Amino acid sequence: MTHRYPTILAIVLMALGLLVPVGETGWIGSGSALACGLLSSMAAAFCLLPGLRGREHVVSGAALLLGAAAPLLLLRGAGPFGVEAPGLWLFVAGLMLFLWQRLEVLARLPGRGIAALIAPGLFGVAVLYLWQIMVVGFAVPQVLLPSPAQVGHVLATRMDILWPDFRQTFLKAVVAGFAIGSSLGFVVALAADRVPFLKRGVLPLCDLMSAVPIVGIAPIMVMWFGFDWHSKAAVVAVVTFFPMLVNTLAGLSSADAMQRDLMHSYAATHLQTLIKLRLPSALPFIFNALKINSTLALISAIVAEFFGSPILGLGFRISAEVARLNVDVVWAVIAIAALAGSVLYGTIAAIERACTFWHPSYRN
Amino acid sequence: MTTDAATLPARVAIGHKGGFVYRFAPIAAVVVFLLVCWYALAVWLNAPLVIDQHTRDETSWTARDLVVGTWSMERPVLPAPHQIAENLRETVFNTPIDSKRSLVYHAGVTVSATLLGFVFGSLLGILLAVGIVHLAALDRSLLPWIIASQAVPILAIAPMVVVVLGNLGLDGLLPKAIISMYLCFFPVTIGMVKGLRSPDPLQLDLMRTYSASQAQTFRKLRWPAATAFLFTSLKVAIATSLVGAIVGELPTGAQAGLGARLLSGSYYGQTVQIWSALVMASLLGLGLVFLVGMAERLVLRSQGAPP
Repeated sequence: MTHRYPTILAIVLMALGLLVPVGETGWIGSGSALACGLLSSMAAAFCLLPGLRGREHVVSGAALLLGAAAPLLLLRGAGPFGVEAPGLWLFVAGLMLFLWQRLEVLARLPGRGIAALIAPGLFGVAVLYLWQIMVVGFAVPQVLLPSPAQVGHVLATRMDILWPDFRQTFLKAVVAGFAIGSSLGFVVALAADRVPFLKRGVLPLCDLMSAVPIVGIAPIMVMWFGFDWHSKAAVVAVVTFFPMLVNTLAGLSSADAMQRDLMHSYAATHLQTLIKLRLPSALPFIFNALKINSTLALISAIVAEFFGSPILGLGFRISAEVARLNVDVVWAVIAIAALAGSVLYGTIAAIERACTFWHPSYRN
Repeated sequence: MTTDAATLPARVAIGHKGGFVYRFAPIAAVVVFLLVCWYALAVWLNAPLVIDQHTRDETSWTARDLVVGTWSMERPVLPAPHQIAENLRETVFNTPIDSKRSLVYHAGVTVSATLLGFVFGSLLGILLAVGIVHLAALDRSLLPWIIASQAVPILAIAPMVVVVLGNLGLDGLLPKAIISMYLCFFPVTIGMVKGLRSPDPLQLDLMRTYSASQAQTFRKLRWPAATAFLFTSLKVAIATSLVGAIVGELPTGAQAGLGARLLSGSYYGQTVQIWSALVMASLLGLGLVFLVGMAERLVLRSQGAPP
């Protein structure tokens, strides 16, 4: 057990936190919080006993849950305390150290599929939890940083305005622009690949474009295509065009010379070589471009809305609510955008897995 | 390339391979083609406005008047390249640098935020990568979130970051630099994790047989092995850092910087101003990436890479 000492330190911190005064009333003021804290430290200490085997995870999970509940109960009863509650923060520090030790243990376990998601899931929950405790405990003004609970409340109650925003920005502008830009990039790449002269002219220029802040064309597109989603789709199309073009071109030349010579010796036509050899070997590159584009698309659509939009859209909502200091709504919009971006990325990654199962990076 | 020659008998062969003409003729051709398209597009897009003007003045006009008119409008839908060049020359060379009308002044504001954010972001990226490579728990639990972090449209929350930090009394460069930092730590982390893991097991075993400490292995093996990866990521990072700085300037109320020029140009319909700010931003991006490329060459050469 190499992890004994940090775990012992964590338990000592938690127990110490329960003894040190918290505000004026202290832990005594909230009986349930004190009970949870005590039970949690005892469960954590129980984890150190030898011979627990599989039950260790259940016990440590209980310790974490109870430990997380204690500060929440305490803050609901009396908070905010701020710096006058050293006991509370000692307890939280101990809890986080304990969690870290559990993460170390989890990282050692062989995990695939769902099991591999436990560690990052725990980490994410811990960050949200710390955020909540800190914001409530130090009474951070909502204008600076709302707590996750407030953001969740907005997400639950204001869907009537957030859903049309999402539809405007994501389902209309991003999807249309993404499809147009990516397919155009793909087609131009095929054309440039067919004509080497064109390729030698286009490729260096497109490489240069990667150093250029293309999002800057947003005001021009808004002037040309109007305030509605068409202008945003145009920006997204231009932004996603170049990564697709460059990556597809790189992918098409990734099939090695031996394989191409083989196709040549079969007297395969250009089209046959393309479909049977070069496009399949370009697939990892094409999916790479699609993944890059999935995050780029959302960002550029939202930025483009800063330059003018009808009274809906995620970018519009952000700039409007910032001006009214409704920061909780802004964070709710960000949460939606992040979720949408992750889902888009995840979908593309899943399709990639299904299409390029033969690639070395997916072989076991 | 051998099969290309076979499948394309009518291949255009200009100059010998690798020669100056072979390399640059296609680029020049594409550039000229784009310029021609641009001028044609300018005529097509601006023509309705010019025709409108003529009908309102009740003057007759010829095709020549139309073309000349579309290429010299004050607020065109699409300005012709020479108008942008003229505007650039005016705002870069013929305006004192400390003037608010000078594009050099605005570019300077943007570059300082870019560089500050780039330095912060690279340091953060390297630190995270070192942590991920050395701590198993971080590798499992943090790496997925770093990837997810890029799905957060930070550019979208840029206005809020600026407003919030402004409330805290942090004005000027720092809010913009923080946005740049958030954007550019990502490529550095991903590249450095790859780079720090690039030494093969044999080399790592050798370090173990020398009973090298983790710090020594890092300094003498992992870090040198990661340098090439580092610079590749830095080139991506500085370009995204520039984007971050420009977008970070949008909500500051159009005071200074290239982003502010874009915004004020879009408010007042000054298309030429937008385009020249865009061109300036592109040149800046190219220049910054070029500088990182130069640094890369110097460092890799000092490590004994073939020149």
